[in-house]
Amino acid sequence: MSQYYKNSRLNDDYLSIDSIMASQERVTSTFRTKIRNLGFLDIGSDARDLEVGVKMELPYWLAAFLCNKRRQIVEVETPKQYRAGQREILNADPVVVDLHKLGPHFYKFGSLFLSFQIPESLNISRCLLETFQGRFKHIMDISQNCLNEDLSKVKSKLDECEKVIFALGQDSLKDFQNWQTRESAKLKASKMIIQQRKRKRNELD
Amino acid sequence: MFGEKALELIKELKRCGDGLLPSFNEETVRQVLEEMKSLFEENHKDVTASSEGEQGLFPGVQLRHAALERNKRILLTYLNERATSIAELRWQMGTVLPPDIRSRLAEHELSWLQKYNKSLTAYMRAVGADITHNLKPPKSLLIEVRCTTEHGSIELTSGRTLHLSRGTHHFLERSECEPLIARGIVEEI
Repeated sequence: MSQYYKNSRLNDDYLSIDSIMASQERVTSTFRTKIRNLGFLDIGSDARDLEVGVKMELPYWLAAFLCNKRRQIVEVETPKQYRAGQREILNADPVVVDLHKLGPHFYKFGSLFLSFQIPESLNISRCLLETFQGRFKHIMDISQNCLNEDLSKVKSKLDECEKVIFALGQDSLKDFQNWQTRESAKLKASKMIIQQRKRKRNELD
Repeated sequence: MFGEKALELIKELKRCGDGLLPSFNEETVRQVLEEMKSLFEENHKDVTASSEGEQGLFPGVQLRHAALERNKRILLTYLNERATSIAELRWQMGTVLPPDIRSRLAEHELSWLQKYNKSLTAYMRAVGADITHNLKPPKSLLIEVRCTTEHGSIELTSGRTLHLSRGTHHFLERSECEPLIARGIVEEI
């Protein structure tokens, strides 16, 4: 039951932890309107107000609220990982790029960023799609063919969303093996109990 | 920046990962609520000032409003995520939670669990079956189990008392084993 629920986290929704984490990524924004009495948000200066032209790293949720069709309080810059230079690298060979380093929520933040409707939007969305397509086969391949091996090196290059896909692949492989050895029919202790035991054992050591 | 305290709650849940419920973080929740309260009060002040003719306050009001919405979203997610795992506990362990897990729930979560229990029982009574049993299709009536802890005596539905001590083997009815296995007292072999 829980697994299906957790998988729905791949989609964006209001109550999703990953979506909240992705919308916390920073966007460089420049203020186009003066904001009174909130100067303390800009840690570098002592001014009382946020003046026109002040540049700040705002979290996505705030930037998106202040920059849309109706309000133009700030102006945003495209984050480095989605600019033309990086896009070319991703185009050349998506598989070798360390997406975790480019922001653990590469795809999610990317698609959120598209809501700003900047001229580059079309290129960015195409790049996101092609990167995903290019990497998907590789991810599926390793998740289906490696069991009982140290995969931390491979996994450390994956974006959060890819990690979910990878884990799903591994789980289905394990489920299949368990089914073959008739393990799946056995009753198991609750996950929380198992976790707790491990923790207690660690404390004892 | 606003909303950072609230994010701590989400990070805490994420760190603990699947299947483990951290204690309800009352302190941080209180701090977030305080931040929201002061945001609201400042907005209220600014809106009143604007309606009296002062200019240029609206961008600030909008910024604070965004922060309010963000905090609200995070708090709701925190509660929802916890409630989902608590409901799952009910399915895994039955009506009585082990004391160390129970102590991690907040007051209102316990009363929520009670209500959840009530509606689940009412439903099961209506359909006339215990739907929390046999979540995996049963293959046999009796199964062989090994005890992994010193648990003491339990009473079986047949009226017989059974002494569970570490390492002993038993051949028990499946329906009776299910809760014991879920709590990790015995394991199937």
